[in-house]
Amino acid sequence: MGLDIRLPIGFLFSIFGVLLIAYGAMSDPAIYQRSLGININLAWGIIMLVFGGVMLALGRRGTKL
Amino acid sequence: MLRTIDWTIMIVYFVFVLGIGAVLKRYVRTSTDFFLAGRSIPAWVAGLAFLSANLGAQEVIGMGASGAKYGISTSHFYWIGAIPAMVFVGVFMMPFYYGSRARSVPEYLRLRFDEKTRGLNAVSFAVMTLFSSGISMYAMAKLIQILHIFDAPFAWLGLPQAWIFHFSLVISALVVLGYILLGGLTSAIYNEVVQFFLIVAGFLPLVYLGLKNVGGWSGLKATLNPTYTHSWLGMGSAHTNRLGVEWFGLTMGLGFVLSFGYWCTDFLVIQRAMAANSMNSARCTPLIAAFPKMLFPVLVILPGLIAIALPRQDLTGLAGTHAAAAVRGEGLVPAKVDASGKPILDQDGEVQLDYDLATPNMLLHYFPTGILGLGLTALLASFMSGMAGNVTAFNTVWTYDIYQSYINKTGSDAHYLWMGRMATIFGIALSVAAAYMATRFNNIMDMLQLVFAFVNAPLFATFLLGMFWKRTTGHGAFTGLLSGTVAAALHHGLTLPQGGIPGVKGGWLAIMHVYPSEMAQNFWTAIYAWTTCCLVTILVSLLTRAHDEKELVGLVYSLTERPTQRGLRWYQRPAVLAVVVLAATALLNIIFR
Repeated sequence: MGLDIRLPIGFLFSIFGVLLIAYGAMSDPAIYQRSLGININLAWGIIMLVFGGVMLALGRRGTKL
Repeated sequence: MLRTIDWTIMIVYFVFVLGIGAVLKRYVRTSTDFFLAGRSIPAWVAGLAFLSANLGAQEVIGMGASGAKYGISTSHFYWIGAIPAMVFVGVFMMPFYYGSRARSVPEYLRLRFDEKTRGLNAVSFAVMTLFSSGISMYAMAKLIQILHIFDAPFAWLGLPQAWIFHFSLVISALVVLGYILLGGLTSAIYNEVVQFFLIVAGFLPLVYLGLKNVGGWSGLKATLNPTYTHSWLGMGSAHTNRLGVEWFGLTMGLGFVLSFGYWCTDFLVIQRAMAANSMNSARCTPLIAAFPKMLFPVLVILPGLIAIALPRQDLTGLAGTHAAAAVRGEGLVPAKVDASGKPILDQDGEVQLDYDLATPNMLLHYFPTGILGLGLTALLASFMSGMAGNVTAFNTVWTYDIYQSYINKTGSDAHYLWMGRMATIFGIALSVAAAYMATRFNNIMDMLQLVFAFVNAPLFATFLLGMFWKRTTGHGAFTGLLSGTVAAALHHGLTLPQGGIPGVKGGWLAIMHVYPSEMAQNFWTAIYAWTTCCLVTILVSLLTRAHDEKELVGLVYSLTERPTQRGLRWYQRPAVLAVVVLAATALLNIIFR
């Protein structure tokens, strides 16, 4: 079917990753008390961005699974 | 509470959901494109959609609630109540569903048995899906209200807070309507896959933080009573475990009758496999889904366990925070309160807990602004994909099995495509109506769900006999189904769970047996229904004229060529996947015994 599903997933996760990283870098550290002192936005944002990038790469090369 | 970043994440998601539909629109030319995604979906995509279609509201919120209530035994709903059936449908049943080229499960019944069996199944299924999607919508709107998601924007716009419920209902209905109208089943499947990854992305950090906080699995074991952290402890008797069921009722009732009845015959999930691009992909669809399914207890059940394991604390800022409720709760699970704000007590004078808030409160407790938006988006996504799954199954059954079979047999393909889009519109409109019915008449909804349970319980006996015994006849199947349903109703009418009041809980005829729990009663209702259906079907089949064997080629096991596995790599072979997933599930049961 025309559209490779990995492309929209890749875009979505990359955008979410970038948003979380940016917010994590700028936000007041006090809000991370609830997440046990971990800057979860920054950490999880990086993981989401990496995952999004991998999906985009696979989707663009059209690798068969 | 929610800030710009949270809203941005939510809005980006909604734009994507509709965007996928818009991109797919140009590929929808025939009714097969719309209803069966042109039978072009790769195995892994179909597999994840197979899993996600079932991952609606009941799953994410309900499993967290059960985790808080019953502990790790809840994973029986996955390891006993799903995996074996998913393996069975992939390895043994898919060759007939996919190979017969039937476009729906009721259509398979038409090919194998006769018109009346199809009609019975199609009509009951259509009604059922509408109500489930309505209940899903209702639960979502309720949750949005409880979590105060739209409170701030409504206050800012000067709109009354009472409209939040209506707004949530309408907006979710419109989004689902939008993307299904545009892209049909492909759109629903693609969004289900996106939603699968989103759920993992939203809940994995939650479980990580929660586990870290309570000191990991060993910390949970140290804090909680052993009945919470062992899945098989005390299963010898219904009175010595948290579920209130003994091992036989659990494995036969849940593991065999209910689980096989759902995963092997429910068109909502089977439709995803029917859309696969080849016979082998269709067979692999449920097997691929079984791998994440096996691990999902970590994501959906553990949050509930963690919520109950935390020390009793001030729940201000979380959901369900009535002053009294906050004091009397357990961990992050608040007490249920009545209209005056007093905690509700059960018969033993214990405070009743509002377990449904366990998972939502975990999100609010651990997630700061930013990732909170992601977590809530994942939650909303799960509601919507559950709804969309029901709607796509409904529009197909309506168009092929009701409209084309009984109302207009001679329409063009373009006409049926148009009818599918119309069915989507009125299907969603009826779901909204059902959602409002749920707000007004809670009892009617409970009763309807009960009736559906009666109708569903015997189904698997019919399919099993139909696929594996060529002598089964249409009359046999039809009478078997009806008598199975009657047996379920009778059993329910004659038994009662402990402490239940005769009525919708059972015992409305007489009380012949009292079960230790509602779950035990449900499982045994299913066992009786299945057995009755099986016996009656065999009996009536032997008394009626057999089908001509030529008509049954491709529909019955003994008359169908086995699909070949030659030329496939080891990881593409259904048999290999089946053995691996079953072995891994057995291992999990041993680890968490």
